[in-house]
This record gives sequence, C-alpha cells and structure tokens, in this order.
Amino acid sequence: MRRPLWILAVLLSHWRRHPMQLATLLIGLISATALWSGVQALNQQARIAYDRAAATFGGARTAVLVGKDSATFPQQLFVDLRRAGWPVSPMLEGRVQIDGRSFRLLGVEPVTLPSEVGNAPAVGRGSLQSFVTPPGEMLVAPETLRDLGLKDGDRPQANGLTLPPLRVQAEFAPGALIVDIGIAQDILKMPGQLSRLLIGKSKAPHATLESVAGDKLRLVEPSAESDLERLTDSFHLNLTAFGLLSFFVGLFIVNSAIGLAFEQRLPMLRTLRACGVSARMLNTVLVIELVSLALVAGLLGLVCGYFIAAALLPDVAASLRGLYGAQIPGQLSLKPVWWFAGIAISILGALAAAAASLAKAIRMPVLATAQPQAWQQAQRRWLMLQSAAALAVFAVAAALIQFGDSLIAGFAVLAALMLGAALILPMILQIALALGQRSARAPVGIWFWADSRQQLSGLSLALMALLLALAVNVGVGTMVESFSRTFLVWLDGRLAADVYISAASDQQAKEIKAWLRDRPEVQAILPGGRADTQLGGAPIEVLGLPDHTTYRDNWPLLESTANAWVRLRPGDACLVSEQLSRRMKLAIGDHIEVPAPGGSWPLEIVGIYADYGNPKGQIAVNFAALTRHFPQTPLTRVGLRVEPDKIAPLITALQEKFGLDDRNIADQATMKRESKRVFNRTFSVTAALNAFTLGVAGIALLTSLLTLANSRLPQLAPLWAIGLTRRRLAALELLKTMAVALITALFALPLGLLVAWCLLAIVNVKAFGWRLPFHVFPLQLIELLAVAMAAALCAAALPVARLARMQPATLIRTFVNER
Amino acid sequence: MLRVTGLTKSYRSAGEDVAVLRGVDLTVATGESVALSGESGSGKSTLLHLIAGLDAADSGEIALGNITVSGLNDAGRAELRRDRLGLVFQQFNLIPSLTVADNLVFQSRIAGRHDAAWHDELVERLGLKSLLKRYPEQLSGGQQQRVAIGRALAPKPLLLLADEPTGNLDEDTADEVLHLARDLVVRTGCGFLMVTHSARLAATLDRQVTLHAGVVA
Repeated sequence: MRRPLWILAVLLSHWRRHPMQLATLLIGLISATALWSGVQALNQQARIAYDRAAATFGGARTAVLVGKDSATFPQQLFVDLRRAGWPVSPMLEGRVQIDGRSFRLLGVEPVTLPSEVGNAPAVGRGSLQSFVTPPGEMLVAPETLRDLGLKDGDRPQANGLTLPPLRVQAEFAPGALIVDIGIAQDILKMPGQLSRLLIGKSKAPHATLESVAGDKLRLVEPSAESDLERLTDSFHLNLTAFGLLSFFVGLFIVNSAIGLAFEQRLPMLRTLRACGVSARMLNTVLVIELVSLALVAGLLGLVCGYFIAAALLPDVAASLRGLYGAQIPGQLSLKPVWWFAGIAISILGALAAAAASLAKAIRMPVLATAQPQAWQQAQRRWLMLQSAAALAVFAVAAALIQFGDSLIAGFAVLAALMLGAALILPMILQIALALGQRSARAPVGIWFWADSRQQLSGLSLALMALLLALAVNVGVGTMVESFSRTFLVWLDGRLAADVYISAASDQQAKEIKAWLRDRPEVQAILPGGRADTQLGGAPIEVLGLPDHTTYRDNWPLLESTANAWVRLRPGDACLVSEQLSRRMKLAIGDHIEVPAPGGSWPLEIVGIYADYGNPKGQIAVNFAALTRHFPQTPLTRVGLRVEPDKIAPLITALQEKFGLDDRNIADQATMKRESKRVFNRTFSVTAALNAFTLGVAGIALLTSLLTLANSRLPQLAPLWAIGLTRRRLAALELLKTMAVALITALFALPLGLLVAWCLLAIVNVKAFGWRLPFHVFPLQLIELLAVAMAAALCAAALPVARLARMQPATLIRTFVNER
Repeated sequence: MLRVTGLTKSYRSAGEDVAVLRGVDLTVATGESVALSGESGSGKSTLLHLIAGLDAADSGEIALGNITVSGLNDAGRAELRRDRLGLVFQQFNLIPSLTVADNLVFQSRIAGRHDAAWHDELVERLGLKSLLKRYPEQLSGGQQQRVAIGRALAPKPLLLLADEPTGNLDEDTADEVLHLARDLVVRTGCGFLMVTHSARLAATLDRQVTLHAGVVA
C-alpha cells in the first residue's frame, strides 16, 4: 500500500515545483465543471417547476376526453360514461380576473378524481367536506398567494362573486386556482358544462366511447412531455449548448496543461520505471493522481457552478416567464444527483482531456530519450487528417441544411459548422503563416514566420477555443441585435393605443367606458378581449380586435390579402400568428374550424402577423365576432387613444375615480419600457454565458502561452546568443501571438455570421416559430475583433513580460541542459 | 552471481537488422567489480540495459542469483530492478521535483527496504549532509552523480550497474565519484558492473571485459 503512495508523492512533487501548471489544470477543470454544472442547475430547477405544472390535474401526462367541436360539453356525458364503466373524472377550466390579473381556474370533482392523476392526493389532505360544501375552498400554490397579496383564508372577488376561502397547497403550480367543479361552474357562469374528462387507469371493462358519447368527445392520449417542457425545450437546449461549449473550451485548457506536464515529466516517468516501478503501477497511480485533482477541481467547480446558477436564475426565470409563461421559483434547490453528476463530469472530462497523454504513458518505452517537442510534432502529423475530417463535417452540415427539418437538426448544423471550423483552423493558420514566410526577406522576418508555424501545434487547441468563443459571440450577438431591432419596430406597431386598462370586473369596465365617453381628451375607446380554445389539439388564444383605424394603420402584418381588415368585420375571417401558421402549415386563403362554446366557428385566414414572445398560437378576429362566439369572454380590457399631453392627467383621474393601481392601468411608454426590460432580461443570460465563454477562451490562450513559454527557451536562446536583445525577442513573441490571434479572429467573423444565419433561419424558426430578418452589424464585429485582440494581448502579456525580464543565466542554462 | 550466456540482440535500422550483440558470455561474482569497455557501438550499453531488464534480448540467458532475467515479463523485470539492482546513468536521472533527501530514499522506500542507519551512513560517506534540502538543478554534476549512487545503493542491491557514470564529469571529480562508489560496493558486498570508455578508470576495478563487434574480445 505504501508503494503507490510513494509513487503518488513523487508525481505530485512535480506540481509543487510547477504551481502555475497546476493552477492552469485546476482552472481549466474548475471552469469546465462550473459552467457545465451551473447550466445544469438552471435546467434542473426549471424541470422541477415544469413537473409541478404538469402534475396539476392532468397536464399532458394524463389521458383525457375533450369536446370534438366545442370548448365545453354537457355534464350528462360524464354521467353516461361513468355508468358505462369509464373511470372518468370531470374538470372545468376557465380564467378569472382578480384585481385585474388573470388566473387559471380549475374545477375538479375530488371523489371521482383518479388517485394517479397529478395532485389528486393533495385535494383530500384537508377536509374533503369543506372542499365540496359551500363556500368550499380554493387551493393555491404559495407563490400565487404571494402574488395576490392575500393570506390563507382570505376570500377575493371575481366576476362579481366572492370566491371561496384560499387554502395553500405547496404541490400546486403557481397561477392556478383549484375549486370544486360545482363552484367553478358558478364562478365561470357555465352551469352543467365541462371542459374535459380525466381518465383513470382502471382496467375494468367498459363500453366503447362512440357507443356512449357518439362523436361528441375525442380521446387525447397522454404525452411523456408536458406542453411547457415541449415549448421550453429549445431554451434549455440553447443553455445546454452554451454549457457544453464552455465545458469543451475548459477541457482545451486541461488538455494543454496535462499534455505539457506529461512531456515535462517524461524523464521522471522513465526514471521511475528504471527504479523498478512497473508500467501498470505507474499508469494506475497516474490515473489516481488525475482523478484526485479532478475531484478537488470538481468540488470547487460545483461551488462556482452553484453561484453562477444562483446569479443567472432570476434572469432565466424572467426569460422563461416572458417567453413561455413558465413559473420558476427564484431560489435554487438542487437534488443530490446534481452534485454527483458534477463530480462525475469533472472526472470524465479530466480523463478525456488526458486520454492521449495516458495512452502515451502506457506505450512509453523505458529507454527512449525525452523529446520535449514530441507532442507538437505528433500534432503536426494530424494536420492533414484533421483538415480532411473538417471537410467531411462541413459536408454533413450542408446535408443537414438541405434535408434536416427539426430543432435538433438545426443545432446539429451549428455543431457541425463549429466542429468543422475548429478542425480546419490549424490548416488555415499554416497556410497564412507559410504565405507570410514566403513574402519575408529579412532573416529575422523569415525566422518570425517559421517559428510561428512551429509554435502553432502547441497553440492550436487554445486558438480553436478562441475561434469557437468568438464565433458564438458574433453569432449570438448578431441574432440578438437583429431580434432587438425587429422587436422594437414590432412593439411600436403592436402597442398602438396610448393607455391600457385592465378592469377588475366586467361591471367596472362598463362604468369606466361610460365615464370615458364624456372625456373630450379621449379620442377612441378600443375594447379588447381574448378567449382560450384549442386548434389541432394544441391550446390557442383568440384575440378580439375592434374595427378601428388604430389597428388598421399600425398592427404589423407579415402577409395579408387586400382589405384584410375590412374582411375581418363580418366575423368569418381571421388573422393568424406566424407561430401558428408555421406550426400548422397555414397559409392565406386556408380555412380553419375554431371550437367555440356555441359550436365550431369556421374562419378564413386573411393575414399572418408576427407575435414575438407568445408561446401559444394565436388568431385575431373582430372583437364583436369574438363576443358573439365566446359570450363568456371577460370584457375587462380597454385601450384608449388620448391626446398626448392629456395622458398623465387622465391616468391620474382614472386611478382616483376607480381605485386602479399600476397593475390595472399603464400608458404606452410604460408598457414599451416594461417590454424592452423583459426583452433585455431574456438575453442577459445569453450575454453572461457569452462573456463566460470568451473569458474561458482567454484563459485557455493564456495557459497555453504560459505552458509553452518554458519549452520555447531552446528556440529563443540561440537568437539571444547571436545578438537579439531580450526586449526585442519579447516584442517578437508578442507580435507572433497577436498575428495568430488576428488570423483566428478574422476567420471567426464569417463563421459567426454563418452561425447567426443558422440561428435566425433554422433554430429560431423551429424553436419559437418565427423567422427574423438577417442583418450584419459592422460596428459590433469591429468591437468583437478589438475584444479578441485585447484578450490575446492580455494572455500574451505575462509570458512576454517574463521573457523580457529573464535573467541571462536562465538562457545560458538552456545551453547547458541542451548538452 | 550474474551469469550471461550466449546473449544476442539486434535492432532494425533503415529497414535492415543490425546485430549489436552476437552471443555474449559474461559472469560477475558477488563482491566483484568489473569494467565493461569497448569502442562506440560495440554493444556495452545494450548489454547493460538487457541485464537491467530495461530491454529484452533476442536469445541467450541472463541469470541473477537464482532468477532468470530473460524469462521475466515487464512487471517481473520492474520488480527485479526495484529489489535487486541499482542503476546509475551518465545523465544522473534524478527526479527534478524531489529534494536530494527524497531522491536518496526513493528507491529503498518503494522497494520496502529502507534502512535508516544505512541511509545515514550513505549520506555521511557521500558527503551529502549539507545538500539534503537542495533540488538536483541546484547541484553540480559530481554532486548529482553522488546522489544517484546513493539512491542506487540505498536498498542494498545484489548488483550495481553503472552506464558511463563519470562521462559527464571532469577527471578529478570522476576519480572521486568512482572511489566513493567502489568503497560503498565493498561495504555492501554487492557486485559492480560499470560501462566505461576510460582505460584508466577501468584499470581501477577488479577485472576488465572488452566488447568488440558484439562479442567479448
């Protein structure tokens, strides 16, 4: 047992003598683990929230029966099915406004609720009797109670009714209110109506659905993923892609540190073998050493990852709320599996990064002499193979662009492009430097280019990391900027009214409208409303727009027939959102059947509009037609056109007269400001991860230069001996680093633009359902180029400064050691 | 103690087999010191490496005590070097990240044969007392070779093998180092086989063996 410990002590003594190398190795592993586990922590947190949401009474994970042609169906069907042996439980769903805010109301029947359905056990936890007998109970998540600003037992008002007392149940998803089905029918004014029937897992025989319900009901099979999970997949895939990229960039550092340490320790390893340490024992101890270092770095990386996740969580939660309406708690609660996975990824990453060195150690002959440059020469042999592999990967990317038609294919194109570019980078640098060498005339100039080429193999991994980080920065930066510009123009059109009011109830809305009609500064009152229904099995919103010039002049349409707005008036035509048109492959002139309480509503599509940030599909119809087909639509939303200088006094007057607060009334400027804030927050995570990745790439370059610095002395010492000053040598070294970094950065710019195009034309369309115009922002590119050169300068500064100040004795020792 | 019989070894170079050893016979008795000399390329170092188990012979036999070296696998040869042999190289081959003290005890520790009294005697005789906390790069060539000899003899090996141990040293230092090595070999009673180019140094050992064109001349 003592023998391996002695060998381990000898191996570890190398790090004691080379603390910078150890720091490099640990920084690489810590960065890789931290960024990867930070992103995983965010994903895990979100998934816990989705599970909560999906568990709320049969999200997509429970089989259900829904109306075939309408949003609701008669309760009698439930009675008939139960009698026929179907293990069904009724549910009614609708929306209620409390203090001007919209909540999802779910009416359930706790006696028939199948035990395996979502939160069923939670309903029976309190007294079943108090839940079903008037006034009943309204079960809510703690977050909802907090949002409402109420406490347990309070009874809020909605639709002119006093709601049942609130009871907190921690298992429920935020934003949902759970009541007994009879109470829900009263609140929603839908007596005897049901939205769906949840199906339990009883295996008892029962009659066929058609024989009991005819063609009135349709079976929807359960799905492994909830709607929210499906919708947010792209966001998490995006985060994971960033985490993975940072992880690999971190591993570049580890690979470079381990590679150099191995070369420096080669004489030591041979001495150990000569002193009687067997190859198996030596390799075992090398792996133990690596795993120990990875364990330490993994733990530190996990701590850093936790802090990264905690810092980014508020922005991620805001993004998911803004983009998909998903409610994510603001505090991290991590499962033990996250800690184990983090340690495992650190160890696996270290072993992967060290694989080549370990393989060399296994094959190492005891007698061969040490060759400090061997690893660089070996890499040169890979150059041709690498370039051929790059071309193959580019061919795969081209094929995916041509034939791929999914989000995964989109990300695969991105991955293939980046991998191909990274693989071909050394060849591009070789060619560029060879051209430089051919054009050089002065001896020092020729040496400069030749030595840069020789140095390339040692730097290529770090330069690949820099290339990837820069390309991702350019790509994502271009996408965000394109989105930002398009979004702002779109927002100007969508927020055309000057003031937006959300009344507490229909009655209050009526009173407000009556009062407004007497105000001379109000140029137009624009009532609005929206209803929820389903189209093709997916939930959609039906938006009612009044027939007014405000919308005709401003509402941004991507495509439309002539007189589209006029054609909305009769109520037999609609506009559809871009997302919905792409998802269901709808085009202008197509007809759709929208399920409504009174039966199917046939509509012709006369226009397609952009609806950025809305996870649901949406159609826009004439407001009057909406209220005819969806009579229960809350009429609490009102937009106003007001003389610009009278906006503020009118808002004050409305607040005083009707007791409205900031949540109920807002002017256009405030709405835009808030929308822009949400937009910026959505991309702040991306910006932070971008910065992290670039930072890690900078560290990779620094560590490569530092580790190379020592092995470069034999190349530099002869030049010093024949008369080049240390200062000049240092300047030449700096220039060399800047030259290769510049070539890399120049290659990264077109690659980044290609990445941006992929994001805009493939990934965004599949992930969100909208396509944005592609713009190039030259200033942004110049800025990134400057950042890249600054990163290279910072990375080169330390080794170059060390060289400039190096004692002559150190350079002389090179000759002694060389002998 | 060491018996080498009919040893052959060839290497492949530029597509051709080059025979380095063509049937070498050699013995070294317990406590005997033997100088192995010959012109460059005569196979001296190759023979030493084969005896040390650093490389495998094509044919022939090497026996150390009751162990047949040529029949051992990699792990067995490593065990042989660890427990029964001491190796000294021209390039010293100290571990640069360990102090002199750690380098000295390294082999005896991993062999599980550390003897504190013998260690102290080695330090004393080799004159390393004031150098124990230094690192190899802080020592002169002669000092480094003294540490290498100390490391090789610390586990009290059966046979000390030295490949041009004085090749990097000036004449006075070479004499001093070899004198020390011989004293310690006598003290331990082990055998000593040294490859050297120097006829003067070879003459100081008990017996001289000359290799010529891969056979003992």
